[in-house]
Amino acid sequence: MTAYFDNSATTMPCEAAVEAAKKACLKNWGNPSSLHFKGLEAKKLIDLARKNAASLLCCEEREICFSPSGTSANNTAVFGAVNEKNKALNKIVTTAVEHPSVSKCMDFLEEKGFEVIRLKPDSDGFISLNDLENAIDERTALVSVMAVNNEVGSILPFEELKKIVRRKKSKALVHIDAVQAFGKIPVKASYADLITASAHKIHSLKGAGLLYVSKNVRIKPYLLGGGQENAVFSGTENVPSIAAFGAAIEEAKDVSAHLEYASSLNKYLRQRLSEFDFVCFNSPENALPYILNISVSGIPSQVTVNALSNLGVCISAGSACSKGHRSETLVSMGLDSKRIDSAVRISLSRYSTKEEIDLLCDSLEKITDSLK
Amino acid sequence: MKEIILVKNGELALKGLNRSSFEDILIKNLKRRLRPFGEFEYKKSQSTIMIIPVGSCDMDSASDAVSKVFGIAAYTRSAAVEKDMGAILEKAPEYLKEILENADTFKVNAKRSDKAFPFKSPEISSELGGRLLERFNHLSVDVHNPDVTVTVEIRDEYAFIHADQIKGAGGMPVGTGGKAALLISGGIDSPVAGYMMAKRGISLTAVHFASPPFTSVQAEEKVHSLLRQVAKYSGHIHLITVGFTEIQQEIRKKCPEPLFTLIMRRFMMRIADRLAREDNCAALITGESVGQVASQTIYALGCTDAVTTLPVFRPLIGLDKDEIISVSRKIETFDISIQPFEDCCTVFTPRHPRTRPTLKMLEDAETALDVDPLIEAAVKNIKITEIEA
Repeated sequence: MTAYFDNSATTMPCEAAVEAAKKACLKNWGNPSSLHFKGLEAKKLIDLARKNAASLLCCEEREICFSPSGTSANNTAVFGAVNEKNKALNKIVTTAVEHPSVSKCMDFLEEKGFEVIRLKPDSDGFISLNDLENAIDERTALVSVMAVNNEVGSILPFEELKKIVRRKKSKALVHIDAVQAFGKIPVKASYADLITASAHKIHSLKGAGLLYVSKNVRIKPYLLGGGQENAVFSGTENVPSIAAFGAAIEEAKDVSAHLEYASSLNKYLRQRLSEFDFVCFNSPENALPYILNISVSGIPSQVTVNALSNLGVCISAGSACSKGHRSETLVSMGLDSKRIDSAVRISLSRYSTKEEIDLLCDSLEKITDSLK
Repeated sequence: MKEIILVKNGELALKGLNRSSFEDILIKNLKRRLRPFGEFEYKKSQSTIMIIPVGSCDMDSASDAVSKVFGIAAYTRSAAVEKDMGAILEKAPEYLKEILENADTFKVNAKRSDKAFPFKSPEISSELGGRLLERFNHLSVDVHNPDVTVTVEIRDEYAFIHADQIKGAGGMPVGTGGKAALLISGGIDSPVAGYMMAKRGISLTAVHFASPPFTSVQAEEKVHSLLRQVAKYSGHIHLITVGFTEIQQEIRKKCPEPLFTLIMRRFMMRIADRLAREDNCAALITGESVGQVASQTIYALGCTDAVTTLPVFRPLIGLDKDEIISVSRKIETFDISIQPFEDCCTVFTPRHPRTRPTLKMLEDAETALDVDPLIEAAVKNIKITEIEA
């Protein structure tokens, strides 16, 4: 038996997604921009996926732009929302815990002369509404905040961003990176002007993401070409991945039932892990139940990952961290270095089972005996 | 017209009566390295090896592979034409067209080893020089400092026409110097050390220590890719991966922390010594350089050497890190080495390692361990991988 608990990295594609992709590969493989029937067939698949995505986000279909990945959607959102030449709007408000596909864009814009405010989370990984309120002003061009932190699962106040911007009479566009939230908790188009999601995090295939772009805003594309996807993502659409994305959204749409199941698993997992004195929890109690970050006392993250992998259990190191790079999120949360260096992330899916959790916990107990 | 590769032996020519067997080893190495690029015929004559394609061969890849084979002073791609003045005059401008179009000056250098050929060397030079001047009217002759030297060699079977020779990898053919065991970690240094010893004709066996789960599968794969790169120069490498977890854990449990790394190094040397002898290796090779890290002070090296009676070669001993890096870039191992996977040398690194250890200190510390049974277990817990370029 094996157990897969790295669902924040990627998920197992569901059957409906694979079937949809297969159909797009074998039957409807035309170029959706072509005017003949073969092109039309492919376009229909994309339209169907667009309809499903729009329905989950509660927006119009024309507001959904399919992208090649979550990263390209985040890059497009951040770069497309600001204008270097407009000196009256040269401030960006974001957080210190964003995914690199946002934070590296911020670093780049800072070098170009933008003032970037990176709000730090408290010890639970939350961003305070007060800090947001104080940071946003009439010079702010963009507010970009992730919905759910990918490392600890803390849920950021993404529902409030738009309200604050309105209250402060700011012209800022609001972007939510909802890669870890989409299909897992309700994310509504009305919360933002721009929202990013990724297909393979919700049991679909790699190679597709989406950017919701409110019909009231216009962003500057940085991929120029054939003008596909409202000219926001030029380039021939990855039809199989997009068709699969649509099917996976349909399967995920019962968000609250899946969330309830994840909560029960999370509770069981926490209960089992709390029996071990060598485990401490880094995720706050009210984090997204799909993500649980823990530290395994005295064992470096990578060693726990390797040892569990040998026993057929997949988890991930605190964040996909490389040597010498500590997780920004855990550092910002004020954890000490020993706890950060031994942090691992367990991420669940709606397909996870109690048996898998038992295997994880039994294996963890087994390896800590010999490794500590 | 046929294109061949002409290879000039390096130091080989000096080796007196051994010369022929050295050449045979060089040809064997060339055959093995060029096998993926087509079928070739090899001929020796007067400190030159001719590599002649049979049928269609990938000459670009073959000549790149030749550039990395040790024991070659220089090589060149060359046209082999009929031994006839008319043929030479006709084929030379055609074969050298691209090179000569990009040059301003040239000279012709003729060598006539077949004295039966009716034209003398100066006659060949002036005839061909005249023809090339006619054909490429932007060119002029410069006998002292030409952009291109066109060489015509009249040999037994063919006349060879080629432009300047390219410097080869130098050194001695791998295998002429015997075999040694390279301790390889996955860092920058050990692949360079392996390359340098292979250059002197040593064929390599590699010993890698893995400590799963402290080290990952990726760390082992990294060692494989490093060795594949080294094998482009050294030829085939026999890799022995030793399971090292138990020893490291025992050291951590029972020995003083400042000595962790040194005791570990001594275990590695003992195990490498055993495995090397079993594989008929006559020496050990490491990538150590004096003072680079705590375990590489002369005191520390003295203590690690004390557990083996094989000679330990450390070709990087007097090099600075930037000098080592520049070789690793040249042989293209650098970018692989810097991939961030833990190797067993970075597991359990002491906070304050001892830099002036004495042998007694280490021997005392090791009394806490069952050294021999640990080594017996380790030399049985091995995995063999055969590495080809």
